[in-house]
Amino acid sequence: MPASASDPYDLAVIGAGSAGLAGAVTAAELGLSVALLDASSQTGGQFYRHPAPSLKAARPEALHHDWAAFAELRRRLEQSDVSHLYGHHVWAVAKEDNGLWALHAVTGVDGTAERSVRVRARTVLLATGAYERQLPFPGWTLPGVVGAGGAQAMLKSGLVLPGRRVVVAGSGPLLLAVASSLAAAGAQVPAVIEASGYLGYARRPRALAANPQKLVEAAVHGAALLRHRVRLRTRSAVTEVHGTDRVEAVTVTRLDRDWRPVRGAGRRIECDALAVGHGLAPQIELATTLGCATRPLADGTSALALDGLQETSVPGLWAAGETGGVGGAQLARAEGELAGLASAARLYGYHVREGRVRELQRRRDRLRAFADAMTVAHAPGPGWTGWLTDDTDVCRCEEVSAGSIREAIADLGARDARTVKLLTRAGMGWCQGRMCGTAVACLAAREGAVESSAERRPFAVPVPLSVLASLDEPAGIEPDTAPGVDR
Amino acid sequence: MARTPADLVGANPGPSFEITMDGSPVTALPGQSVAAALWSAGILAWRTTRKAGRPRGVFCGIGQCYDCLAVINGEPNRRACLVPARPGDVITTQEGHGHAGLSV
Ligand code: FES
Repeated sequence: MPASASDPYDLAVIGAGSAGLAGAVTAAELGLSVALLDASSQTGGQFYRHPAPSLKAARPEALHHDWAAFAELRRRLEQSDVSHLYGHHVWAVAKEDNGLWALHAVTGVDGTAERSVRVRARTVLLATGAYERQLPFPGWTLPGVVGAGGAQAMLKSGLVLPGRRVVVAGSGPLLLAVASSLAAAGAQVPAVIEASGYLGYARRPRALAANPQKLVEAAVHGAALLRHRVRLRTRSAVTEVHGTDRVEAVTVTRLDRDWRPVRGAGRRIECDALAVGHGLAPQIELATTLGCATRPLADGTSALALDGLQETSVPGLWAAGETGGVGGAQLARAEGELAGLASAARLYGYHVREGRVRELQRRRDRLRAFADAMTVAHAPGPGWTGWLTDDTDVCRCEEVSAGSIREAIADLGARDARTVKLLTRAGMGWCQGRMCGTAVACLAAREGAVESSAERRPFAVPVPLSVLASLDEPAGIEPDTAPGVDR
Repeated sequence: MARTPADLVGANPGPSFEITMDGSPVTALPGQSVAAALWSAGILAWRTTRKAGRPRGVFCGIGQCYDCLAVINGEPNRRACLVPARPGDVITTQEGHGHAGLSV
């Protein structure tokens, strides 16, 4: 804690997942005053999401991989002076005239407590993770179709399943993890439908050979799937969901190398839910609003461009974990620790333990190489738009169909996602394009290259007008406190 | 082999309680979100869209997509996947932007 409530923290960390926790405890153990802000009431982020204490789970680790690593971070957090500000939804980060960072957050379980908090700090670590990327298909708005990550999140935190018979589809290694946990928790999983082949990995033997633990992980999921008799179908996609008010079945179609559906190759699978996702996209809007440089990833998403010690192009703002490219919990821990060390070195000129830094950097580079191979292997092929019909809703919030987007492009001359958005309202609803952004960018690009979308959202979460109105009146906003919120 | 998620993690929650969904009782466990309680009752939709009036429920499960909006104790636009269920909560289907029944 800072000496007095009006003193800034040395470091404010946004996000209490693997990266944020590692950064926070590393910095605190070096003597920095640290605030750790997270929207959830629990630490762990999405990967280590777990049941609320009152569900009294004796074995939360049964739904997790590498739980011991999280338990260790949590133990270090408990023994530190880090101020854990839970229930804080950070909506903006700004640099103030005095050179300090100001983090603006709304509080409450879903940010509706209408209490605004400003936390000041000398340095910031952004560890906001990623959100699931989705590609639309006919029927994807029917109840019973849920994000693969969403099904996993609901299972890990609420101990519930979306249905009894759940097909898992999309692309990326998350699908295997989701399918094995759904099956372990009692769901029937008739099939995992993966749009890519797995041969993509074989083309990067070096990244594979340097990361044997990733192969072990894959083997563990593979064995679980075999045990539960889950079939894995590669180069296939769910191209239609059947049902009127909820999922009754899905059609699975074979894809060619470019993800174009192969005609006449459809096959129906009965199920009452579909868990679907096409990988993860870094959640970086707090940084892009500040003008941080980004780098395009092989799958059309953008990550923050970071230096050897995890600093963004804006001095004093570090980032770790999925914000620099999706790479998993182990990588996030290494990067979080590096960022914590770097911020301590910057503020207090600590002679950073060079041996440790080099070791962390080597580990980071090795895991990053694997992450990049993974991104390439599962990047959506251009042919996926072939499974959209004109009446498929692309934007879930504003109910904008593929037909009206195609019309905006073909008849009204839209050439990019921004123009499509202005003409159709796609991406202008509640989620601000998080669910449809990729799809709209691909449709707008047509035959051309998809511009990787570093979305700019002035507010990272919706903010009540009353909160904005009160910003100029110091009395209307809570000062730099470490407030508790109701759990 | 575990038959339910609760078996799998050895959950031993406190006594369950009741909330209502459009007037019908739904059982919830302490620590579950409103959405989780609805899912365990087999309810997957509690909102209708503004334009086409189509049913929606949880999609992202982590507060990002806003598909799970519900009217909770008279307050519209609450994300059911984030809000913990509490005894006696009154959940009603949210229609459109959620202000139909309110004088705003
Ligand atoms: S399910 Fe996406 S916000 Fe609740």
